[in-house]
Amino acid sequence: MSRNIFKDFSNPDKQLGHIDPKDLMPLPPPYDTDEARKVWKELDESAREKFETNLDDTIGIGIPKPETKEEEQELVRKFLSGLEKLFTKENNWTFLQPLTLSMEHCAKCQTCSDACHIYEASGNNEMYRPSCRSEVLRRIYFKYLKPGGKFFGKWQHGDIELNWTTVQRLAELAYRCNLCRRCAQTCPIGVDNGLIGHEIRKLFSQEMGISAKEIHEDGSGLQLKVGSSTGMNDLVLKDNIEFIDEDMEDLTGIKVETPWDKVGADVLLIHNAGEILAWPENPGAFAVILEAAGISWTLSSELAAYDGINYGLWYDDAQFARVAIKHAQAAKKLGVKKIVLGECGHAHKALTVIADRVLTGDLNIPRESALTLLDDIVSSGRLKLDPSRNDFPVTLHDPCNMVRLMGIVEPQRRIVRKICPQFREMYPKGVDNYCCGGGSGFAIMSRHNFTDWRFNISGRKKMQQILNAFADDLSPETKKYLCAPCSNCKGQFRDMITYYDAWEKCGILYGGLVELIVNCMEDAKPNFIDWEWH
Amino acid sequence: MSPTILHLISYVCVVVLVLAMVIKSKKILSLPLHLRWELYPVAHEGKKASYGGSFMEEVDWWTKPRHSSLIGELKVMIPEILFLKALWESNRSHWVSSFPFHFGLYLLVFTIFLFIAGAVMGIAGVDMTAEAGGFVGVLDSATGVIGVVGLILTALGSIGLLVRRLTDQQYAPYTTGADLFNLLFFLAAMVAGLYVAFLTENGVVATRGYVQSLITFDLGAQTAGTSVTVMVLLFSLLVAYVPLTHMSHFFTKYFMYHHIRWDDTPNYGGKADKTVAEYLNYKVSWDAPHIKGGGTKTWAEVATENPFQEKEESK
Repeated sequence: MSRNIFKDFSNPDKQLGHIDPKDLMPLPPPYDTDEARKVWKELDESAREKFETNLDDTIGIGIPKPETKEEEQELVRKFLSGLEKLFTKENNWTFLQPLTLSMEHCAKCQTCSDACHIYEASGNNEMYRPSCRSEVLRRIYFKYLKPGGKFFGKWQHGDIELNWTTVQRLAELAYRCNLCRRCAQTCPIGVDNGLIGHEIRKLFSQEMGISAKEIHEDGSGLQLKVGSSTGMNDLVLKDNIEFIDEDMEDLTGIKVETPWDKVGADVLLIHNAGEILAWPENPGAFAVILEAAGISWTLSSELAAYDGINYGLWYDDAQFARVAIKHAQAAKKLGVKKIVLGECGHAHKALTVIADRVLTGDLNIPRESALTLLDDIVSSGRLKLDPSRNDFPVTLHDPCNMVRLMGIVEPQRRIVRKICPQFREMYPKGVDNYCCGGGSGFAIMSRHNFTDWRFNISGRKKMQQILNAFADDLSPETKKYLCAPCSNCKGQFRDMITYYDAWEKCGILYGGLVELIVNCMEDAKPNFIDWEWH
Repeated sequence: MSPTILHLISYVCVVVLVLAMVIKSKKILSLPLHLRWELYPVAHEGKKASYGGSFMEEVDWWTKPRHSSLIGELKVMIPEILFLKALWESNRSHWVSSFPFHFGLYLLVFTIFLFIAGAVMGIAGVDMTAEAGGFVGVLDSATGVIGVVGLILTALGSIGLLVRRLTDQQYAPYTTGADLFNLLFFLAAMVAGLYVAFLTENGVVATRGYVQSLITFDLGAQTAGTSVTVMVLLFSLLVAYVPLTHMSHFFTKYFMYHHIRWDDTPNYGGKADKTVAEYLNYKVSWDAPHIKGGGTKTWAEVATENPFQEKEESK
């Protein structure tokens, strides 16, 4: 890495940075040897020919290479036009105030750096420093958009050359951040590099139509087209839930029938639909618990409302608002008293917090976390529970969206403390937690060799935390449970545990919170948690 | 330099300080209500703040009274402002330079108030000469000691930060001409202040004399020499310069904490609904295919259309 990354940033002649696996943050045993180091898949030539690949050794978005200089210039012009819009109230009232303050007040003290799991895991690679991408945007903004920027802006905020290389690298770099905002938490001034990353993603998506395919076309777009990013329409969904209900009766001995579109129910439960396909035991366990607790609840089969995901949260305000409104409209149509979000972190934050000032009037239906409802059910004694059924090592992952970004810290802990005799925290915990490494869409991004980046870098710190939490006995014979009450985090853990063979080597299984509850319900057959789920 | 010009420069600089703070604050406050973007711990959450919890931990939280603890906010803000607690906890090596720099400035601000107090006493007829003794002597000593400690701490902090910016590879690529100028500017002002404190006869009385002449609009009053003139000039310019730069965080930090990081106010309808209703009529010009605002569509239209489904249906 050259001494001045901002000079190199616009230089198209060589790749900006390189990841040498030897530089990565060491992992604890059994991953602390050279043999245990994972081999990265190199980008193939066809990908290098087709896409811009000169940021690092991977591809997040996959930006097609422009064919002509004119096309490059047009894209640069469009980028500047988008940047200008980002600072107008008409186009960006949603985040203009926080963005402006973060752009104008960074003291470049680099306090944010040590808070960033990606920067640390990469062995302090300069391009992943949380202030780096913000600084690139800041320099472009003050040099190219502010009056007198070519001289005064350059002197005050630093120089950078704007060309297509700068633009495409900045777009990719916005997808090397989990938007977990741990960096913002440590900033003494309150500058939010996570927000700036979010805004860069928005600029590219909303002005240039550039975003990760998994998040936009196959994500929020598919959800708005057929109802769910999984591709399930309402009929397939109902079939799947029927199967799940039947399975639950077999597994637990408790008969459940998931209610659909029940007008006047107290609770509209919205799952991440990925659960239904990937972890059917999770929505099944929810149904068992809610029925046993006597909750009046329903699912909705309205378009987009049976899938709590809202990927717009990570990259696009228009997509975000469209999905949030559909969720609220479904609840309004059913006349429920409240919406309860299932175990999905970003769905929690999207609908409860971020959409709070979007859902006005009669769309402002109360929304709460399933964790608080579950805590209430468990604490009230409405379920007969036998914690001895959960007598195995359990640790708890804090999904950033629920914890650092919503302040829901204790309800899930009260539950696991009560029902898991061998519960132990992983540190740091609560609002100081580390992201699973799959946040902001990474958990569903796996084209080219992005998974190698995701497990070696963005997920590395979490892998270290998990291993440390179970360090007293990492033998595969001792079955351990990593409780992750978030679909996105579970997606990351599923793939990361496989990548590191952590089930075979360490006996680590991951799963949700409701599974642990049903596993210890006295009225249910024992051994609901199947260690073969790995 | 003529005393009149020096006085005018000081007045203009103070006016620039006040105006810059007012204009900047008004500009920040005039920006639209943003979507909620709080970050926990939120200091006013009462007992829950100790572990970062929020009102959203409660079942049916919207039916329960909202608590907002001013004491909780003060418990975070006071150590943060005075001792730069966040930096102490997360970036100790930077704190070593940054803390003396900032704390020294606080002492200098306090020293200015001591000068003003002394000047007001002088205007009221109290004997404020160096020989006065008694309370005046105590005030002079306090002003001198606190001022000198402030000058030394800020100068040391400036040097520390300069060295760090120039030599540490974490900082060097991020350091701009303005960053170096800012630190040198502070250092120059502190050196001028120390020169007056140690090498000018009765520096405290001389400086207070100038403050008194500012208060009484005695534009013709001579300073006690070139060293005092240089010090006054540098400090005056510094006062005007700081709020025009990113160093305005000395007051904008309030907004970054209270209006963003800790703004967890839920939307109960009413005023927020009305405000947002106005924003939803803003015309959007984002140009991506799934928006195509064109400066004619409103946010309400963009948010309620579904181009993905429409595309599918039109096939």
